[in-house]
Amino acid sequence: MTHKSDVLILGGGPAGLSCARALRGLGVHNAVLLERESALGGIPRHCGHVGFGLREFGRICSGPDYAKRLADQAAGTDLRLRMTALKLEPGGLVRTTGPNGPEDFQAKAVVLAFGARETPRSARLISGSRPFGVMNTGALQQFVYLHGKCPFQRPVVIGSELVAFSTLLTLRHVGIKPLAIIEENERITAREPGTWVARLGFGVPVLTRTRLIRIIGRDKVTGIEIDRGLGSEEMECDGVILTGKFRPETALIAPSHLEIDAGTRGPSIDPYFRCSDHNYFAAGNMLRGIETAGQCWREGRAVAEMVIAELENRLPAREPDAHVTLQGPLAYVYPQRIYRDAPDHPLLFKARVSRAVRGRLSVVVDGKVVWSRRISALPERRIAWRLPNRDMRSCQQVSVEVDAA
Amino acid sequence: MSLWTDPQTPANLRPVREPIASSRVVIIGGGVVGCAIFRRLAIAGLQPILVEAAADILDGASKGNSALLHTGFDAPENSIELACVQAGYREYMAIKHKLNLPLVESGALVVAWDEEQFAKLPAIVERAHRNGVTDVMQIERDELRKREPFLSDRALGAVLIPGEHIIDPWSAPLAYAHQGLAHGGRILRRCRVTGGELDGQRWMLQTTLGDIAADVVINAAGNYGDLVEAINRESPFTITPRKGQFVVFDKPASKLLHAIILPVPTERSKGIVACRTAFGNLLVGPTAEDQQDRSRAEVDQATLERLIAKGIEMIPGLADHSVNAIYAGLRPATQFKDYQIAVDRQRRWVTVGGIRSTGLTAALGIAQMVGRDFAEAFDGVRDEEPIWTPVPNLAEDRARPYLTEAGGDVVCHCELVTRSEIEAALAGPLPAGDLGGLKRRTRCMMGRCQGFYCSAQVFALAEGRLAS
Ligand SMILES: Cc1cc2nc3c(=O)[nH]c(=O)nc-3n(C[C@H](O)[C@H](O)[C@H](O)COP(=O)(O)OP(=O)(O)OC[C@H]3O[C@@H](n4cnc5c(N)ncnc54)[C@H](O)[C@@H]3O)c2cc1C
Ligand SMILES: Cc1cc2nc3c(=O)[nH]c(=O)nc-3n(C[C@H](O)[C@H](O)[C@H](O)COP(=O)(O)OP(=O)(O)OC[C@H]3O[C@@H](n4cnc5c(N)ncnc54)[C@H](O)[C@@H]3O)c2cc1C
Repeated sequence: MTHKSDVLILGGGPAGLSCARALRGLGVHNAVLLERESALGGIPRHCGHVGFGLREFGRICSGPDYAKRLADQAAGTDLRLRMTALKLEPGGLVRTTGPNGPEDFQAKAVVLAFGARETPRSARLISGSRPFGVMNTGALQQFVYLHGKCPFQRPVVIGSELVAFSTLLTLRHVGIKPLAIIEENERITAREPGTWVARLGFGVPVLTRTRLIRIIGRDKVTGIEIDRGLGSEEMECDGVILTGKFRPETALIAPSHLEIDAGTRGPSIDPYFRCSDHNYFAAGNMLRGIETAGQCWREGRAVAEMVIAELENRLPAREPDAHVTLQGPLAYVYPQRIYRDAPDHPLLFKARVSRAVRGRLSVVVDGKVVWSRRISALPERRIAWRLPNRDMRSCQQVSVEVDAA
Repeated sequence: MSLWTDPQTPANLRPVREPIASSRVVIIGGGVVGCAIFRRLAIAGLQPILVEAAADILDGASKGNSALLHTGFDAPENSIELACVQAGYREYMAIKHKLNLPLVESGALVVAWDEEQFAKLPAIVERAHRNGVTDVMQIERDELRKREPFLSDRALGAVLIPGEHIIDPWSAPLAYAHQGLAHGGRILRRCRVTGGELDGQRWMLQTTLGDIAADVVINAAGNYGDLVEAINRESPFTITPRKGQFVVFDKPASKLLHAIILPVPTERSKGIVACRTAFGNLLVGPTAEDQQDRSRAEVDQATLERLIAKGIEMIPGLADHSVNAIYAGLRPATQFKDYQIAVDRQRRWVTVGGIRSTGLTAALGIAQMVGRDFAEAFDGVRDEEPIWTPVPNLAEDRARPYLTEAGGDVVCHCELVTRSEIEAALAGPLPAGDLGGLKRRTRCMMGRCQGFYCSAQVFALAEGRLAS
């Protein structure tokens, strides 16, 4: 038997939960949300430190507290736990398994909100042995905040994206000071306060321009080899935390019929958050890897509005008029699938550069620059801009270009 | 009762030490070879003891291989290896259903990528036919493209080996071990043999758990084979571990291949293979790198990058797929090409060494050979009615518990491992001895996230129940 509803939300993190709540507010009463864990909230569930909720609740709260608030707000929706989506079929048919065994769900609109995860050691192709004690922040946090355990005493932290500071806070929670933060680039990736927090707040040495070249230890980590530009040096430690390098959780999308964008590594979407099959929408970190929870929460809400528009047949049913192409040092741009008419709202682009650049960012439609501005951008910062409707009266080719000055 | 009463030696000269265990036969080494011999001798009613130095079985060469079931089409003619591979293949086919072991019927293709390799194809077919693998044949470029549409069009032609298949590298030996236990064998883990003396009729082995007495000792110590051999005699062979590194791509990549893609072989190794795995991934490897270290199999980035590039060269579509796992295994290679199998009846010592690169397939065949020898040497060795001990299925091509079980409670989301599968692997007659053993029994934490989502929960489940 197939369970049918208007909307099916997959994933109960900030994006999925805010979408569920917004849908109720907009009068959709038969949405179903499936979450594979035994609790709602997604990543914030195990971010035991503060840093969430300013936008959503007007005050800063801890991850678990935030997760609980989001879950409370979504109450009233048919929320089902321990339900794992397994397969996405054309036309909004989703195969799942859960406490009652395999079940099929079908909806006019399926919202994909699977989130993102950090790149593990394997996909980073890090040399050395493969002992226990090498893990991502996500795993560390679950050890610490969900199970009250810390797998090591003297770890090193690899990477300095914002999430590395979440790692520091997590370690501090169990009274552990890592030996060092190791960053390949010449400066810390996260914004300046990060450096400050690390140096003064924690006294953790930050080794920039340093490469992790090897992991040592047969059963447990006993050390690492690093290179600070002077050849290899050994450093004793008992754990390695690999932070950042987030990528969308596309486990179900890659084998499905949905188009994936090589830049974001998430599903390609149109300005209405629809995927290449209009029965599917995407929200949150699913779209492109990590942003703040607040940003994902807002996307969930925005998707809810688009879902309503789709249910009311207000969105174009045809294939998009153009696919965005990129030129210059751009990591990604979304939406990727463009229509010339964008009813209800201007076209909102989001992008990131692939390296630090100063220069000009332009949108070129059918050979004409329709919009441009000067940028000075870093890879870790989001760039967003709106393109008023009139600029897209016709379009066959849309390209987003960065000319480095 | 003392087991030391040996008429030839005065009792007062013996150390007053009681063995912690004794048996007619002790097998040193819980790799796939040791496990298969253990099974065979247990079915033969010999109640063997298997001792393994590590916290769990399958911690040596058998931990990281390509998991191919070989036909022997390319094995050296008239070798012990060929005989054991073919006997092992036949027995695997005969018992796989009873032990619930998978078989991905892929077939293999030895692909020629240039004219020089192309010229060698007929000789490969001839060798295969001489080895008795008569269904091997050369196929044309068009036929190859039809069979493997995602293969690079640089391929000029291939030899088809319909019988080469893919199996689960860990469930098979685990099933052998379980069947041996069911027939009254014993397995002692964290038990490293450090020395031993033959005392007239009996071996007394020193181990890290205490002394163990045995009428016959079987050395199946893999990469430590020559060191263990030295307990009995100066080892006629020296092991130089030959490392093989692998890259495993995420499951969606598996749709890019049907058959196992083999290179035209060289003298040193079978070369870089691309194939699916029983778990639904796509694997590229192994390398062949000699090293001295017998236990550490490190990966290195430059090599892994080369493997990925090699994979993409063979299958261009791989460029769009991500890497799930990286690993390396150590082949117990010696200065000889063939297996080093010897039976010293006088000194009651059986050597099963240098089982280099086909041991997963050959293990059952090697075990038959050893078993036959026991039947000749000892009276009353007769097979018992086999007790079948099916193992849980981990292969992707058949239903797994997350789909069949009502109440499927998934813990590892990437590999879809349920709580009850993990619980089962922590219980029973041979529970996981360490985290590695738990992973090999269930595949938890072995998927694309490598534990980002589930490792803390897996640890909580395993807490206090693993040896380490
Ligand atoms: C260590 C760390 C620290 C962070 N700290 C902060 C911070 O201080 N402040 C801040 O604003 N942001 C922070 N973030 C970012 C924030 O947590 C994320 O941006 C946010 O959680 C993303 O929300 P999401 O809904 O897109 O995905 P997620 O929160 O990842 O939720 C996805 C949900 O989908 C479920 N799911 C996945 N696949 C399936 C499936 N097949 N079937 C069913 N369910 C499935 C998952 O179980 C999960 O619950 C942090 C992130 C990390 C990793
Ligand atoms: C890269 C690679 C690819 C391969 N691909 C294939 C393939 O596709 N198909 C195939 O059929 N074969 C393949 N093989 C070959 C196969 O894996 C080996 O032949 C096989 O694993 C050897 O098993 P073993 O039991 O002899 O050795 P091991 O698995 O090494 O077992 C020996 C055991 O003895 C233990 N031990 C050692 N010393 C002592 C001691 N003193 N006391 C107690 N215990 C001790 C060790 O801990 C170890 O567990 C491959 C091998 C490698 C490395």
